[in-house]
Amino acid sequence: MAEKVLKGIAASDGIAIAKAYMLVDPDLSFEKTTVTDVEAEVKRLHDAFDASKAELQVIKDKAVENLGAEEAEVFEAHITILSDPEMLGQIEGKIKDDKVNAEEALKEVTDTFISMFEAMTDNAYMQERAGDIRDVTKRVLSHLLGVTLPSPALIDSEVIVVAHDLTPSDTAQLDRKYVKGFITDIGGRTSHSAIMSRTLEIPAVVGSETATTDLKEGTTLILDGINGAALIDPTDAEVSDYQQQAKDFADQKAEWEKLKNEATVSKDGKHFELASNIGTPDDMDGVLEAGSEAIGLFRSEFLYMNSPELPDEDTQFEAYKKVVEGMNGKPVIVRTMDIGGDKHLPYLPLPDEMNPFLGYRAVRISLDRDDIFRTQLRALLRASHYGQLRIMFPMIATLDEFRQAKAIFEEEKAKLVADGTPVADDIKLGIMIEIPAAAILADQFAKEVDFFSIGTNDLIQYSFAADRGNERVSYLYQPYNPSLLRLIKHVIDAAHANGRIAGMCGEVAGDQIAVPLLMGLGLDEFSMSSTSVLKTRSLMKTIDTTEMAKLADRALNECVTNEEVKELVEKNVFGK
Amino acid sequence: MEKKEFHVIADTGIHARPATLLVQSASKFNSEITLQYQDKSVNLKSIMGVMSLGVGKDADVTISAEGADEADAIAALAETMKKEGLSE
Repeated sequence: MAEKVLKGIAASDGIAIAKAYMLVDPDLSFEKTTVTDVEAEVKRLHDAFDASKAELQVIKDKAVENLGAEEAEVFEAHITILSDPEMLGQIEGKIKDDKVNAEEALKEVTDTFISMFEAMTDNAYMQERAGDIRDVTKRVLSHLLGVTLPSPALIDSEVIVVAHDLTPSDTAQLDRKYVKGFITDIGGRTSHSAIMSRTLEIPAVVGSETATTDLKEGTTLILDGINGAALIDPTDAEVSDYQQQAKDFADQKAEWEKLKNEATVSKDGKHFELASNIGTPDDMDGVLEAGSEAIGLFRSEFLYMNSPELPDEDTQFEAYKKVVEGMNGKPVIVRTMDIGGDKHLPYLPLPDEMNPFLGYRAVRISLDRDDIFRTQLRALLRASHYGQLRIMFPMIATLDEFRQAKAIFEEEKAKLVADGTPVADDIKLGIMIEIPAAAILADQFAKEVDFFSIGTNDLIQYSFAADRGNERVSYLYQPYNPSLLRLIKHVIDAAHANGRIAGMCGEVAGDQIAVPLLMGLGLDEFSMSSTSVLKTRSLMKTIDTTEMAKLADRALNECVTNEEVKELVEKNVFGK
Repeated sequence: MEKKEFHVIADTGIHARPATLLVQSASKFNSEITLQYQDKSVNLKSIMGVMSLGVGKDADVTISAEGADEADAIAALAETMKKEGLSE
């Protein structure tokens, strides 16, 4: 038996066997001491600076190679800070004048800069720089203390990354060639790290609670992203068992691969649109590999999050154009900026709120800051000329909000047309259905809105009043609960009564239990991680929609709990 | 000594990427190079110094260089200011 089995939430399919790489900050504490050999101490400082610079150069080169020059800029900024003669001079001065050790001198000088930048409360950019100085200080300190500061970019052998949580900048640096999977202490199926693991197509387990304390650097572990478990120090028998499972999984994937160029048709011949969710134009490879029939969700906020300042109209236009052209006439639904909640922009500080998920976010920001919104709409309008682009507004609660957004869209369109800029004249405008108020009034919305896309991650969180990032209430993530299914049915029926399309772009759209029911309810479009597309197409081909309509009816009217619906589907669809 | 005055036109002033590039450009020269804004003057080879000035839009700044390559330095920095949209 393995030394210990960690349980967590299965975030991304697959099995990995490798050694643990601890992406955890080392202990950087030190004592203030008095030095006698000042010259030796200054040399120690210089060596630490040089080593840090060399390390950052490696990280930067890797980042340029894997992520592009723009992503790597932050490391360039770090190198510039390390090359600052004034800062180095001040630290040296402290060592010489006060006879303190390099660690103390470094800390005192950088602390002064950090507080100076943090005090510039009217300038978010400067406040962010305080974070850069902190990062740089940590790196130099690690060299002074002779400990290793882990960095995703420095990984150069096959590992499983172990972290408390993975931030967007961490995941952006993960090299798929070496990172075979990851396991985190916190997070749920829809947290950033989990979504990224599916985009990267690497197995992942999140919310294990104790991964960083139970695991040590270099420990061998089996990561089971299918069942949400990790075996620490497995036996040879366990390793060979899992190698077999990994092989079966790979065979299964190869089987799905054959469906790449096929249409998505149910057993009784009904066509459904299977689409991909993407974050950046770089995700297009996955979309094409999966043979998706559309992009059902382009999370445009990633363009904002991956940029050091608000992306201008041309930058956005190029990104949208690339995706639209890449899809070669197939539909691309771009969701306008969905910032707020758990997604922040360093250069656009938002006020601290008690309940950010219920606060100033998404279209609420867009309508308030219409300068940002207009720039985005103009970029989208210009890109519409190159294929079939649709626009979707997130977090719509009321019809007024949609009407306001649409009016701004029309104004910008008229301006571009007047300038002679080519713009498609049939751009469909839709909304995300993720707020219960909009779901309930879907019949009225359907008269004015061209399409719906049900965002289940938020719709579940708002319907059950359960923060999706809070593990203590994670039992309330109930995607099969009849209450949610009734709400979804209402939305689909409202769309169809008005000749509109109803789609879904949350996790549930690719959930193997939910898919048959949603087919029975008549959902038109299913958008999910590219990695789930072929698996879902394979499932859909086995489903008879007439039978599923009856089964869905039972799920909605006879079942009472999430578990009952799950069992009903398992028994009747999967014969379990 | 060579010096040149600039009127900052960038909306965000001298910060972010342009500031880094300006510092990198200055660091290539042996001359002592300073950036002066209002009554404060900082070493243009120091990113912390440049950022601490908090130069905003419409500010008038002076760059001075003193040393063997002072003329080349000013020419190169003027080029960077223009290329990065900091000044005309």
